[in-house]
Amino acid sequence: MAANGTSVSIQDLSLNFGAVSVLQTLNLDVAEGEFIVLLGPSGCGKSTLLNCIAGLLDISEGSIFIKGKNVTWEEPKDRGIGMVFQSYALYPQMTVEKNLSFGLRVAGVPKDEIAKRIARAAEILQIEPLLQRKPAALSGGQRQRVAIGRALVRDVDVFLFDEPLSNLDAKLRSELRVEIKLLHRKLQNTMIYVTHDQIEAMTLADRIAVMKGGVIQQLDAPQTIYNRPVNRFVAGFLGSPAMNFIEGRLEKDDSGWQFAAEDVRIPLSTYAFETEPVPGPTVFGIRPEHVALNSGSGWPFTATATVEVVEPMGSDTLVWLKLGKQNFTVRVTAERTPHNGEAVSIGFDPMRASLFDAAAGSRI
Amino acid sequence: MQKSWRQRFHLPAVIGTIPMILVAVGVFVIGIGFSVLWSFTSSKLFPTYDFVGLAQYRRLWADNRWLVSVNNIWFFGLMSITCNMVFGYLLAVFMDQRIRQEDLFRSIFLYPFAMSLIVTGLVWQWVLDPNLGLQETMRNLGWSSFSFAPLVDANTAIYALVVAGIWQGSGVTMAILLAGLRGVDEEIWKAARVDGIPTWRTHVSIVAPMMKGAFATAFVLQSVGVVRVYDLVIAMTGGGPGIATSMPAVYVIQLITVRQNVGQGMAAATMMLLPVLIVLALAGLVLWRRNRVQEAGV
Amino acid sequence: MSAVQTTASRPMQEAPDQATPFGPKPRRISAGRIGIYAFLIVAALFFLIPVYIMVVTSLKGMPEIRLGHLFNLPGDPTFQPWADAWLHACTGRDCNGLSPGFYNSLKITVPSVVISIICASINGYALTFWPYKGANLLFGLLVFGAFVPYQVVIYPLIIGLSSVGLFATLPGIIIVHTIFGMPILTLLFRNFYAAMPVELFKAARVDGAGFWRIFIYIMLPMSVPITVVAVILQVTGIWNDFLFGIVFAGRSNWPMTVQLNNIVNTTTGVREYNVNMAATILTAAVPLVIYFVSGRWFVRGIAAGAVKG
Repeated sequence: MAANGTSVSIQDLSLNFGAVSVLQTLNLDVAEGEFIVLLGPSGCGKSTLLNCIAGLLDISEGSIFIKGKNVTWEEPKDRGIGMVFQSYALYPQMTVEKNLSFGLRVAGVPKDEIAKRIARAAEILQIEPLLQRKPAALSGGQRQRVAIGRALVRDVDVFLFDEPLSNLDAKLRSELRVEIKLLHRKLQNTMIYVTHDQIEAMTLADRIAVMKGGVIQQLDAPQTIYNRPVNRFVAGFLGSPAMNFIEGRLEKDDSGWQFAAEDVRIPLSTYAFETEPVPGPTVFGIRPEHVALNSGSGWPFTATATVEVVEPMGSDTLVWLKLGKQNFTVRVTAERTPHNGEAVSIGFDPMRASLFDAAAGSRI
Repeated sequence: MQKSWRQRFHLPAVIGTIPMILVAVGVFVIGIGFSVLWSFTSSKLFPTYDFVGLAQYRRLWADNRWLVSVNNIWFFGLMSITCNMVFGYLLAVFMDQRIRQEDLFRSIFLYPFAMSLIVTGLVWQWVLDPNLGLQETMRNLGWSSFSFAPLVDANTAIYALVVAGIWQGSGVTMAILLAGLRGVDEEIWKAARVDGIPTWRTHVSIVAPMMKGAFATAFVLQSVGVVRVYDLVIAMTGGGPGIATSMPAVYVIQLITVRQNVGQGMAAATMMLLPVLIVLALAGLVLWRRNRVQEAGV
Repeated sequence: MSAVQTTASRPMQEAPDQATPFGPKPRRISAGRIGIYAFLIVAALFFLIPVYIMVVTSLKGMPEIRLGHLFNLPGDPTFQPWADAWLHACTGRDCNGLSPGFYNSLKITVPSVVISIICASINGYALTFWPYKGANLLFGLLVFGAFVPYQVVIYPLIIGLSSVGLFATLPGIIIVHTIFGMPILTLLFRNFYAAMPVELFKAARVDGAGFWRIFIYIMLPMSVPITVVAVILQVTGIWNDFLFGIVFAGRSNWPMTVQLNNIVNTTTGVREYNVNMAATILTAAVPLVIYFVSGRWFVRGIAAGAVKG
């Protein structure tokens, strides 16, 4: 049985379509009131996992507990979940009010209770003026609010979001993102949120589960995932532009451990090793914003590089460099922009870097 | 696991599709099974289970009427599908030239398809009737030696069937191919124009190959129609003159009704099924392999 | 800089050549356009003339027809042939005209269309959203049925229907039409539902709706377009049917097409062309009206029925 305070517990869940394994012996415990984001590239199994939790897909093996109750073979409606879909999935021939009340009417909830719940949901989501409209007469943002409302009126413990903001334009997306965050703070429900957008994941989540190939790669708080990725995939998937990777070897000499590549030699005295280091092929990774440009020689590591392309982004500037033969990206503040072709000095502290085993990809 | 029977066979879904189960299994499996079974018996008016091996098939292939029917269906099929395709494609291409009154032309080309093949057959029977139709009209106009009576000549009657078939069906071919033409990306045409490729060449080398799907659809539709051609023959020629325009579909119905020879009729019906089975098996194999490749790619 | 200099140093007389476009200006009406319209108009005549002949002939008296001017407009238009065709034309010994056939066709078509569409929409819905083990095999068999020559199935059906006493009855012919309409209609509805967003179905399931409730409250209201297509397809198909009518309906239920063929092809003695042609037009009238009223829907119906077939 699930531990106390656990809202959703997934144990050894596997899902196969024929010979294809989509999810592999997956385990996940979501605490009461927690906001979990399932993040990953398309085809990683994150939406599939959400559908399994909802009961919309029959799993091959394992079990699912919600609020301590084994719901593995339960119908979706009996699992105590509400779900918000990417395409909103509003019933086109029903008004907003009927859309919200459909599930309650199916369940035979008394009329005054239905009215009460709709009024509450409409108030929270500020969709009262829209109740008599049909979905076709709503804007994208309004539709998404109604879709959330449909989950809200069900009065459930767990909300499932399946890429709810992907169909919206950038401005609306950031607005609704904040609204969802506020909603979570207000309701204190458990929320499981699927997205491929790392900004949504970083901003919303209490914990992020980064998925790939039907396996959860890392499950941690956003900052931990960002700063201490457990493997090269997680490191490369989060962050834009992506982390700089240099392939080389881990070596040890009199001054301690060093990372050696064709053109650079980085001392690792400040690096906190995850595992006992062994000499061998290694990948060194450092995020663009952890590299300083033309800021003196006080860094444990400094080098000279040539500016290839400068991309002003408004608030800051991306500088694409050539460090020997290596491509290197650095993020600097907008006012400190170098010119194309200029030779610049770079410096960083390996404390902020990540080292990965070249073959296994796991963090060292 | 405790995965329940309920989830594998969702009961309401099974109940809702009982008619489908009955039709798919009862008619298209068991029914056809019986047809094939009876083709090995000596059944006359009513089915019997007196098995005679391949005797019915031997008798069938010795029957001149059946041989004529088989010849006719090949000839009719090849002629009418080819003509239909060529004429339908031409119509579609001409319709696609941003012409005025497109809807009017479309209505005119398509309306015969709304009519029964019986009606089609009768209409053309009259147009080609030597005492009433074109021949008589031309003679009355003063061309007294004009002779055009394809339906009374055993050698030409089948051409008349082909013409009537085109009249009824080429509008549909046009509609399908026109939809295919319109589905070709506008920018393909622009690219070909910028490259200086002549229009006819664009059609032949670029656009037609892109319309594989539409051609296949039109082809399948016509093939199914050809194998089933019955009403048209009955209304237009009754299989005559003599047995000149008999077709397998007509032959089978005659055997099980007028000539009361169910055994041989079922043998003929089985022979009709055979090419369909072979084509479907090939198509199924191709689709299955494609699915396998796709699944492996997931 | 350099470009400006080149232009300036060019001889003066070249400037106008650069200003006028190359090639001839496209004419509004080219020879090609005329050719296109000529082809289309000749083709249109090919499609129109037979029916023109029928209409004018049906309005002529027999003496005028014997003169043999097939294309002439009727000199003395009369609707008597139409009245005769409807009320008095003879099929063998009965001389009640086509009207009984019309009512028979009505009695056959309406229930057949309704029942076959109900069955097929449930099939398509179940196959798309609730596929049970073996459902796809069933669907495969059904699609196979769409290609099977009718002749292979007719005799077993005769035997089967006789054994339950439904051969040569109205319910019998309705069952037959439902059977033979099922493959194509199921395909039609399945493809329609398969193109619908699955999330709608999932949302309804989370809302707790089951098989029938989702079908009736969510799917059916959204199925109007495909149902219109299916109705057009089925009404024309069943109204125009001849083979099943003559085999399965029984003499007293013979549909209009069968009656028409009997009137025209089994009459002895003088052939009353005007009556025959009026009868033919009457038989074609129902599907033609549907065709002209439905317009583009009809085309869509054919395309929908065919494209995925």
